[in-house]
Amino acid sequence: MSAAMERRWVVRAVAGAALLAVPLALPQFYLLLSVEILIMGLFAIGFNVLLGYAGMVSFGHAAFFGVGAYTCGLLLKKTEAPFVVAFLAAPVVAVVVAAVIGYFCVRLTRIYFSMLTLAFSQIVWATAHKWYSLTGGDNGLVGVPVPAWLIGPRTFYGFVAGVSVIVVAVLWRIMQAPFGRTLLAIRENAERAEFVGINVKRSQLTAFALSGAVSGLAGGMFALFTRGAFPEYAFWTKSAEVLLMTLLGGPHVFLGPALGAGILIVLNSVVTSYTEYWPIVLGIILLALIYVFPGGVTRIFLGWRGTGRPAGPTRA
Amino acid sequence: MPDLSALADPGFLAVQCLNGLTQAMFLFLIASGLSLIFGVLGVLNFAHGSLYMLGAYLSYTIASWFVGSPAAFWVALILGSIGVALVGGIIESVFLRPVYRREELDQLLVTYALVLIISDLVKLAWGAENRSGSRPALLAGSVVIAGRDFPTYNLFVLAVGPLVALGLWLLLRRTQFGRLVRAAANDREMVGVVGVNVTGLFTGVFMLGAWLGGLGGGLAAPIGAIFPGMDVEIIVESFIVVVVGGMGSLGGTLLGALIIGQLNAFGILFFPRFAIVFVYILMAVVLVIRPWGLLGRPVTRG
Repeated sequence: MSAAMERRWVVRAVAGAALLAVPLALPQFYLLLSVEILIMGLFAIGFNVLLGYAGMVSFGHAAFFGVGAYTCGLLLKKTEAPFVVAFLAAPVVAVVVAAVIGYFCVRLTRIYFSMLTLAFSQIVWATAHKWYSLTGGDNGLVGVPVPAWLIGPRTFYGFVAGVSVIVVAVLWRIMQAPFGRTLLAIRENAERAEFVGINVKRSQLTAFALSGAVSGLAGGMFALFTRGAFPEYAFWTKSAEVLLMTLLGGPHVFLGPALGAGILIVLNSVVTSYTEYWPIVLGIILLALIYVFPGGVTRIFLGWRGTGRPAGPTRA
Repeated sequence: MPDLSALADPGFLAVQCLNGLTQAMFLFLIASGLSLIFGVLGVLNFAHGSLYMLGAYLSYTIASWFVGSPAAFWVALILGSIGVALVGGIIESVFLRPVYRREELDQLLVTYALVLIISDLVKLAWGAENRSGSRPALLAGSVVIAGRDFPTYNLFVLAVGPLVALGLWLLLRRTQFGRLVRAAANDREMVGVVGVNVTGLFTGVFMLGAWLGGLGGGLAAPIGAIFPGMDVEIIVESFIVVVVGGMGSLGGTLLGALIIGQLNAFGILFFPRFAIVFVYILMAVVLVIRPWGLLGRPVTRG
């Protein structure tokens, strides 16, 4: 690494840390909004491993978010499990579920892949919705205990920010490594990737599981945040939400989805303080995104032109 | 444990089967429009449930203009579904036409944006409370089937479904429009190359699909509650029907609707709590074993 590059990374890291520290100075309402942005941003970044890198459109990622939330919530509420175990169980269980679901899904392509992810995620949703004795059914799982040291909003923000930074850094390393390049090759042309000796299905399955694990971790944090888990966490509209966040931010930029999450959550909070008709605003934003800014908000900042997707590697 | 006592009552089983068939006819009407649009335009129309909802609300409102007239229901059904077809024409020509050359995801997102917009517009226009239409006097009563009452209106729906299926089949098999539609479903480029007005054909197909959805909504208005949110509920079920039956296949859509209708009717009877899971499991199993659906063809569009 050259000195100039090193300096640029130091500047980025300091700027990033400063940005993450800002919410600590904000009033509680905005602090909590920031927590939500971080969690959903992490969910969207995890989702984008599949969408932006591997080019696979999942309609079912809410399943892994929901599995993570219920795993963490149930372990904390119904067992004596230590906090760390319950928290780490969220991504672990999610990765197992994602590997099983992914095993079937990666055999299909395009709309059939999307439809199968949707079917599986709705099975997860229906299970959470109807298994009253375990999940509380449509009332949800409420009153998840959170350890005393995590209760203050500032502490909680710090916890979420810390976990997110670590996970995002690890994910960034993985995506810069050959594995990330392999996924890009598959996205651009799966057939050609197969010819040059890439095991396409295995790489796709690995991406699916990795993406599911991050989604599950985000779900676990969300359960701590809301002190509960609800069937809606696994409902397909949640999958649509994370897809929107990703596309709004820009799927071809590593941190783009998190930016999209931030924009959507802030907008939602602003708009709903004036009117209950948030969906119509969201719909119009979405149309603008498709017709005027294809490629997401980050593309405007980075000055990319045209409607074609860039073939080059994903930028930071 | 499932409650098996119902098995001992053949009359009840028969009525339950008819209920499943009635539901299947609704699902067929809606899903056939969805499948037709997908087959020809290649667009998976998320807003199809919204068109169904619009059909229900429009018919409800039009019927209320003619309260007391015996023709109210019929006029509302016809005008309401035609209104939905016109909305469909606008959706296709204004919103979808600019994105045909883009990736599938962009087309999908346009229709999803329309779901959000239409759902709020419906709330603005009709409010958030549930409404319900009324049946025409002619069909308001019930008939006795195997010793049990069965609503005459449902029998009417049971007749409409096959009639529409037959009409669609004749349209697709016996008319010039149908030949073009089938040709376009096989090879869009070629149809354009041989001089067919593809733009007009696409609008026509979308309007026909929308009309089917609107008709389903108009027929549902007098029996199911009309409420904001009925769009999202029906769209997932319609997806299941076309996926199970085979996207773009009319016969497959009918078969899918019949299976899902019976699965719902008897699932709720024997496993009231877990019935909802069965349809998703069925969809997953079909996709894993035969991704192109029971009666679909394993072709991949280029």
